[in-house]
Amino acid sequence: MSAPALSLRAKSGSARIKEVVFRLAMLLCLGLSGLVLVTLIIDVLIDALPVLGSRLLTNFPSSNSEVAGLQPAIFGTLWIIGVCAVFIVPVGVATAIYLEEYADNSKWWNRLIEVNIQNLAAVPSIVYGILGLAFLVRGPLSLGRVVLAGGLTLGLLVLPVVIISGREAIRAVPPSIKEGSMALGATKWQTVWKQVLPASIPGIATGVILALSRAIGETAPLIVVGAATFITFNPSGVVGDGAGFSALPIQIFSWISQPQDEFRQLAAAGIVMLLGVLCVMNGLAIYLRNKYENKW
Amino acid sequence: MSDTTAPDWTSREGDAGDRGESAVVSLGARTAQVDAPARSTQAVFELQGLGVLYGGKQAVQDVTVDLHEHEITAFIGPSGCGKSTILRCLNRMNDLVPSARVEGSIRYHGQDLYDSKVDSVEVRKRIGMVFQKPNPFPKSIFDNIAFGPKVLGMKGDMNEIVERALRRAALWDEVKDRLKTNAFGMSGGQQQRLCIARCLAVDPDVILMDEPCSALDPISTGKIEDLMLELKRDYSIVIVTHNMQQAARVSDRTAFFIVDLSAGEGNRIGRLIEYDATDKIFTNPADSRTEDYVTGKVG
Repeated sequence: MSAPALSLRAKSGSARIKEVVFRLAMLLCLGLSGLVLVTLIIDVLIDALPVLGSRLLTNFPSSNSEVAGLQPAIFGTLWIIGVCAVFIVPVGVATAIYLEEYADNSKWWNRLIEVNIQNLAAVPSIVYGILGLAFLVRGPLSLGRVVLAGGLTLGLLVLPVVIISGREAIRAVPPSIKEGSMALGATKWQTVWKQVLPASIPGIATGVILALSRAIGETAPLIVVGAATFITFNPSGVVGDGAGFSALPIQIFSWISQPQDEFRQLAAAGIVMLLGVLCVMNGLAIYLRNKYENKW
Repeated sequence: MSDTTAPDWTSREGDAGDRGESAVVSLGARTAQVDAPARSTQAVFELQGLGVLYGGKQAVQDVTVDLHEHEITAFIGPSGCGKSTILRCLNRMNDLVPSARVEGSIRYHGQDLYDSKVDSVEVRKRIGMVFQKPNPFPKSIFDNIAFGPKVLGMKGDMNEIVERALRRAALWDEVKDRLKTNAFGMSGGQQQRLCIARCLAVDPDVILMDEPCSALDPISTGKIEDLMLELKRDYSIVIVTHNMQQAARVSDRTAFFIVDLSAGEGNRIGRLIEYDATDKIFTNPADSRTEDYVTGKVG
C-alpha cells in the first residue's frame, strides 16, 4: 500500500473479537436477569390462572379455599397507601424544598441532615417496623394495630426516597428561572411556591409514585406493626376499633404458609394482583415524567 | 417625568433625535412622535466608591458614577471587568449570592440602596432586569406576563395589563392569537422581548439589561434596540453589552471598564476607566485604553 503515514487500515482481528465477546457477555447478563423475571411471572401466572376471578375481589379470607378472597387485603392496602401518601407528600416535599432552597450548606448541621437522610434510605425495612411498633402501636402514641400506624410506618420507610427524588427535581429547575422571578420583585417564598414548585412537580410526582409502589410491596414492617393475616372486615377508619387491617403482601404471605395447594394458587393470584397494581403505578410514573418533562 | 432644562447635555440633542426618528420608522405600528430625549440632570443612581467582593476577593473596585434618568447608559469592557457585577448591584441581585459583599454606596433617587432598612424585594419591584439568555418561565405567554403583577398584588384587569405590556414590548401582534401557548415555543428574539414585556408589566422605574442581545440574531437584536430607544422615554435603562456598535447605536452615555491585573493574574479587579457621552467615548475618548478598546486594537 502506498498509504501515507496516516492510514485508515481495517480493525485488527483481535480487536474485533474482543468487541464481539464483550457484546455477547453483556447480552448474556441482560438475558439472565430477563429470564429470571419471565420465569417467575410465567410460573406465578400458571399457578394463579385456575383461581383468578372476581371472587378474589369480593370475598373475605376463609379457611375454605373455594370461597376465600382478598377484599380486606386490597382495602387494607389502599387505606395504608392513602395514609402513607398524605404523610409523605407534604413532609417529603417540604424537606426537599428546605434542603435545596433554604439550607446553608456551609453549616455542619445541614450537611449532617443530608447525610443522614441518605443513610435512612438504606436502613432495613424491619427496623422501621420495630420503630413503628415501639412508638406508634405501643409506646408514646399507643395507636394500636391500626391503619394509621401501618401507613405512618411505611411513610417513614419511604420518606427518604421522596426527599431525595424531590431534591433532584427541585435542583433541575434552572437558576435563571429563579433569578427571573426574583428580579420581578417576587419574594423568595413566592418564587419557590409559584415557580420552582410547579416546575418540579413532574419529578416530585414520579418520586412519590415510585416510593408508594415500594411501600405497597413491603411486608416485614407491616407484620411487625401487627397487620392481621386473617380478617373478616374492611378497615372503616384510620384509628380505633374498626381500623384493624390486612394488606396484599400480608395476605400472600399468610396463604403461602398454608399446607394446601389451593392456598398456594390463591397466593399466586394475590401476587398477580400486586404485580398488576405495581405495573399500573410505575406506568403512571413514566407517563407523568414524559408528559410534563420540561425542556429548558 | 422631570424634564429639566439645565443644559449640561446639549451636544447630544440632534443625534439622539435622529435615532428616535429611525425607531419610528422601523417600529411601524407606533403613532406617537418621539420627542427629543429629556435632557435630564436627574440622577437615578449615584454610585460612590462602589466595590464588590466575592468570598473576600475583590471583583470590582472604586466605581464612582452617576446614571441618569431617561437615558440609556451602556457598560462596556472586556470579559471579567465587572460590568454585570455592577449591574447586579443596582437591583441587589447580588444579595442572592451569599459570598458577595458590597462596599461603597449606591444612592437610588437619593436613597441609600443598601441601607439596612431597605427591602431588597421592594428594590427589585422598582428596578427590573432582563438577562443575557432569555429566561421565560415554563408557563404560557399570558402567565409569563401576569406572574409579576400577580405576585405584586397589582389591581386591575389582568387581560389589560398583559396586553399593555406586550404592546409596549412590540410583541402583541405576533402573539395575540397564542397567549395561552407555552412561551418555550417562541423564537429566541421573541422570548427576549417577552422577558422585557414581563419586566414592563410590573411598571418599573429602571430596566437593567445584561447583554440582552448576545444570544440573538441581528434582526432580533435590531428589534430590541428599537424597543430600548422607544422605552427610554418612560424608563431609565442600563445595559451591559459586548457589542460596541450596539453601545454606540443606542446609548446616551457609556462607561468603559477594564480588568486590572496589577494585583496578579489570580486577582482580577474590574475598574472604571472612563464615563462620558457615548459619542465622545467612541470618537474622542480621554483615555488611550478606551480608544484602543473601542477601535478594536485590544479586546
